[in-house]
Amino acid sequence: MAPDYIVFWVFAPISVGSAVAVLFQRNAVHSALFLIVNFFTLAVFYLVLGAPFLFAVQIIVYAGAIMVLFLFVIMLLGVDRDESLVERLRGQRPTAILLGLGLAAEVFVTIRASLGLARGPADFDQVVNEGGNAEALSRVLFRDYFLPFEVTSILLIVAAVAAMVLAQERERARTRAEAEAFRVAGPGGGVPT
Amino acid sequence: MRTPISYFVALSVILFAIGTVGVLVRKNALVIFMSVELQLNAVNLALVAFSRMHGNLNGQVLAFFSMVVAAAEVVVGLAIIVNVYRRLHSANVDDASLLRW
Repeated sequence: MAPDYIVFWVFAPISVGSAVAVLFQRNAVHSALFLIVNFFTLAVFYLVLGAPFLFAVQIIVYAGAIMVLFLFVIMLLGVDRDESLVERLRGQRPTAILLGLGLAAEVFVTIRASLGLARGPADFDQVVNEGGNAEALSRVLFRDYFLPFEVTSILLIVAAVAAMVLAQERERARTRAEAEAFRVAGPGGGVPT
Repeated sequence: MRTPISYFVALSVILFAIGTVGVLVRKNALVIFMSVELQLNAVNLALVAFSRMHGNLNGQVLAFFSMVVAAAEVVVGLAIIVNVYRRLHSANVDDASLLRW
């Protein structure tokens, strides 16, 4: 039995189980922690599939940076109480689960018909990952995908500026009458807001 | 590697479906966002698996780009959630119903 086979069958149930656990936790912090477990199992799959660079990026960026951001926002908002179970749309939950199962079944049939049991080249690590995965990946990235790579940097800058603008606490615009009353009465002078 | 590529793609489909159900079922905006992350990761797994199947690295580069986009998306999305929370004092998506008909 090949080692990657064992790795797959050990980590696939953990992956699916932690993904389901994300849905069933009432507490958002627990959901985030189960999501981290899921990200780690995906990193292991990247390693098996011959992508050690993405393995590192997955752990550093996803399990590290993004999930810390998530936990930080959860703590900031104090969303540690349980969410309400009131359904605004009647029958939304059963319908959602049914649609999810339908989606999965549909794509399963497609995979079965199109992929079968294809395995890909056996010498992937020697030929494609020649000189190491990071080197091979950077060869592709900086030759064939150079323009998209530069566009990504613009995207990151725009996202950073957008986050700053959105998170800024804006002073509410005062009307002229309010400003006048504020000037007369002084700060904290009992102006109804 | 002796595991068929379709196993990985099937796992990715399962994770994607779980993420979809999460988006549709949960009410907490943060958990909905986490489910979206789950979907993005499922697609990444499929991309890496296809990269392996075709014997080139284009799929891995695409997965790399999708990670960058996911990071940007998380930053903006969380800022919006924080903003909504400041205004409505709730992270429940049902409460943000100002545009509801």
